[in-house]
Amino acid sequence: MMTMVFDPASWLILLPLAWATLAFVLGAGRGARLALVGLGAQALLALELARRVRDQGAHAHALGGWPAPLGIELAVDGLAVVMLLMTALVALPLGLYARAYFGAKPKGGAWFWPLSGFLIAALNALFLSADLFNLYVTLELLGLAAVGLTAAAGDRMAVAAALRYLLATLLGSGAYLFGVALIYGTYGTVSLAALAPLISAEPAVLLALALMVIGMLLKTALFPLHFWLPPAHGGAVSPVSALLSALVIKASFYLLLRLWFGVFEPVATVGAAQLIGILGAGAILWGSLLALLQTRLKMLVAYSTVAQVGYLFLVFPLATGVSPEAGVSAWQGGIMQALAHALAKAAMFAAAGAMIVATGRDEIVGLSGVGARLPLTLFTFALAGVTLMGLPPSGGFSAKWLLLMAALDSGQWWWIVVMMLGGLLSAAYVFKVLRQAFLPAPGGSAVGRAPRALELTALALALGGILLGLFGAQPLALLEAGGGR
Amino acid sequence: MSIGLFYALVGGLLFALGVGGLILRPHLLSKILAFNILGSGAFLVLVGLGQRDGTPDPVPQAMVLTGIVVAVAATALALALARRLLDLSGDMVLPGEKAADEAEAGDQEAAPGDGPRGGA
Repeated sequence: MMTMVFDPASWLILLPLAWATLAFVLGAGRGARLALVGLGAQALLALELARRVRDQGAHAHALGGWPAPLGIELAVDGLAVVMLLMTALVALPLGLYARAYFGAKPKGGAWFWPLSGFLIAALNALFLSADLFNLYVTLELLGLAAVGLTAAAGDRMAVAAALRYLLATLLGSGAYLFGVALIYGTYGTVSLAALAPLISAEPAVLLALALMVIGMLLKTALFPLHFWLPPAHGGAVSPVSALLSALVIKASFYLLLRLWFGVFEPVATVGAAQLIGILGAGAILWGSLLALLQTRLKMLVAYSTVAQVGYLFLVFPLATGVSPEAGVSAWQGGIMQALAHALAKAAMFAAAGAMIVATGRDEIVGLSGVGARLPLTLFTFALAGVTLMGLPPSGGFSAKWLLLMAALDSGQWWWIVVMMLGGLLSAAYVFKVLRQAFLPAPGGSAVGRAPRALELTALALALGGILLGLFGAQPLALLEAGGGR
Repeated sequence: MSIGLFYALVGGLLFALGVGGLILRPHLLSKILAFNILGSGAFLVLVGLGQRDGTPDPVPQAMVLTGIVVAVAATALALALARRLLDLSGDMVLPGEKAADEAEAGDQEAAPGDGPRGGA
């Protein structure tokens, strides 16, 4: 069999782990070129894995030839491979961006490469995990790497934000681990495949599900558990903010999708799904409103993440206990939203970083004159805004359209109202930045230049968000070919 | 009550104590200790409920060993960050939470929501 000879799945974990370790050995500030080669290879591996899933469907891979109860198995299905592709295709341009960024502004970049390598290895391992305990370990690895990156900015606010983030993420995974312990105590296994036929609505199982869901909501920063996200994402150095907002929060969301619509489907209730949806709606409105009120550029973008996370969670009420068509539409919409947000938010933080390099400060009022000096970056910010607002032809539009269809099909019109209001509010906070940037620079203050590489990589990410709307059928076909629900 | 269930109940209690401490105690060392207590609670449930008819099951034991490694790493990172914060701000309390000496009087936290710089 082909999988015996070479399976990209295990290399997707091993490769970033290898270059991260090497970058660490090379020393502070080194390893950029190594990382970029690794990220390039990772993109090829992810594409190759996607091709295999498209042609041959889902498969499992036993690491080192040791099958499940003794060894660790990786599960490759449609959902996993879509998330792996998202990670690879966002991380590569961000890697190029980070190299240029730390070239211009070395502060906070000393250990960026090893930590981001560990972060990407943890992400890939999480997406490929086939059992609850492995998921716990990868969640923790991801959290520790992300916290390390957050703290790298080094000032008092960043260290405090990193600590707050660490405590929140540890509490979240602690609750998850307690759930895992209850499940193992009840059924004697943690394998997702073995658990699927066993799960029934026993008190211990319901308690486990509740704890796991609350833990993941905290880690994904769903309103009102979002308190840790804005200072962490807004206070980190820009390439880190982009990684955290685009990819890291998607990991715990992915895990929740896996649990809710996978093993725990028989015990997941409509009432609980509606409650999660209400929190999502709260996130959309509260996050957008606070984004509008921010005076610092990166805090605005961070609150926009709080709002966009809300859209992700609309998939739970829209796909639980509804007709199959509405369910499929909501499911596709939720995943499309995750992909679109990954590209657009990476682009937006990257563009914000370029503006901060040029103006020398992270203030929205300081953006006057950016329109004249950095037209490309402002265009990038606007394009990313188009995706976040959900305007055609972007990936954000496809996502919101699919969610809207699901809401219509299942007769849940109230979510449509929330999505419309959220779209208007996101337009307001994007235009707040654009308006300021188009004002002429006041006399005496000079807007500098940003390195070309910063502008171009940010633009590539923003264009990715638009292309996703035009070629969105591809990832959806991959989802269908590989299953994953 | 079987001995396994007893361990699990104690584990649940430890977990709840840990969660309470992590959320309510403002001092960072208390929070880090509380995290270790909640982790121990989860480990106790894992090995306690995991045993079958009084014979230990090796799989949860291996999981707990892995979990302990993770907890040690997380604790080390938290301690390093807390020390750095102490160096930078002279205090082992997160901004927005009450100072350690006021904590015993009453246990309300800073309003949950929007971090130190949020809310306009």
